[in-house]
Amino acid sequence: MSGENTACCCAPAIPEAPYIIGSTVTAVGTVPAVKTELSAKDILGAFRVRWGIGRMNYKVEPGIYSIGTPDENSPVLVTANYKLTFDSLRKELTGLNLWILVLNTKGVNVWCAAGKGTFGTKELVFRIKAVKLGEIVKHRTLILPQLGATGVAAHAVSKLCGFHVVYGPVRASDIKEFLDAGMKATPEMREVKFTIKDRVVLTPVDLVYWMKPLVLFFGALFVLNAIGIGRFGLPELIGFLGTVITGCVITPILLPWIPGRAFSLKGALLGVIWAAACIFFGGGFAGFGVLKAIAFILLLPSVSAYTAMNFTGSSTYTSPTGVNKEMHIAIPMILGASLLGMIALIVDSIIKIFS
Amino acid sequence: MKHQYLKNVVTLKLDSEECVGCGMCVTVCPHHVFELADGKARIANLNSCMECGACSKNCAFSAISVKPGVGCAAAIIKGLLTGSEPSCDCSSGEYC
Repeated sequence: MSGENTACCCAPAIPEAPYIIGSTVTAVGTVPAVKTELSAKDILGAFRVRWGIGRMNYKVEPGIYSIGTPDENSPVLVTANYKLTFDSLRKELTGLNLWILVLNTKGVNVWCAAGKGTFGTKELVFRIKAVKLGEIVKHRTLILPQLGATGVAAHAVSKLCGFHVVYGPVRASDIKEFLDAGMKATPEMREVKFTIKDRVVLTPVDLVYWMKPLVLFFGALFVLNAIGIGRFGLPELIGFLGTVITGCVITPILLPWIPGRAFSLKGALLGVIWAAACIFFGGGFAGFGVLKAIAFILLLPSVSAYTAMNFTGSSTYTSPTGVNKEMHIAIPMILGASLLGMIALIVDSIIKIFS
Repeated sequence: MKHQYLKNVVTLKLDSEECVGCGMCVTVCPHHVFELADGKARIANLNSCMECGACSKNCAFSAISVKPGVGCAAAIIKGLLTGSEPSCDCSSGEYC
């Protein structure tokens, strides 16, 4: 037998990671012990994935982990194997002794994974059996994050493996209070909010996403310039970049304070204001040209409406049926306005060049 | 600050006949859509429903039905273009 950090021949080796600080001995072998303090690397990693960099591959190994010095009577918390989720959970557990069961959600957070089924009854039952949880703890209680309920049927879990699911609070920061109260949640702990902070952290990844179509659009304008029918420049750069930011950053941040319930409407309203500002600072109707001003008024709100509408997928309160309805109304309008706007923009450009 | 989306569109339905008042729907709902009254659940805030499906998933008596789905416009667009069910294919690394 090598002197490596392995348990017996049948238990998996302890994975190596900066957040693993040792191991806990259990009836089925050693379990990795995880620390509750986040390192600079963890915080940088969180920042990085919030900008969309490597966020589809930011995972921890599924399996069982220990916090503190748990024993066979300690609670079991269940979570997803997205590292941002794992870190958000463990940093709230300082001073506690418990087990963490990490499900294989393919590196996706609890709520999204639950919606897709990967944070689900099947994976939960599978993982319980795989880590032999029944031999690690004497009790038969699992504490799941409430948002896992979208994918887990508590009554089915009972039937399939004898473990009783208790839904804990929505936010990990409420876990200590929840446990202290004897596994009882207040109504506030069970409500999902969408605060300004929640909204702000979601905007960078959207902004990065929209850069690609924006650059392609600018590329097309460049080609029109090159073949001699366009003289697009700073007004377009500022106008279109600004309207993307208006739709996917400003609209989400100001969300509840913008009139209208549909996100596309909110985005369009701010887009009109932005278009007006571009025209005003671009010399007014006289300096801009009436046709170009019309083009901007059609195009800029269309783009901000579309990007704002896409934010529904990041929100915590829109229903798919509602989004469907919104899209059936908004998309034809956006397409129509965009088409007319592009025609106006190009015609205006041609007139200016050949006059 | 109570966020409000489109009204009177959600597919959520509760069959009182089948309901035994276990309270699971009240527990799992992220927007306090349900409340218990006279030993049974009832829908108190229909327009707060986001069709996540946690309630119907955890109703052991099949008293609740809702058409859950992913709420991203991107997924719905993809579904419309490919003629299939809306889906976010997060695992493929696409926009989610």
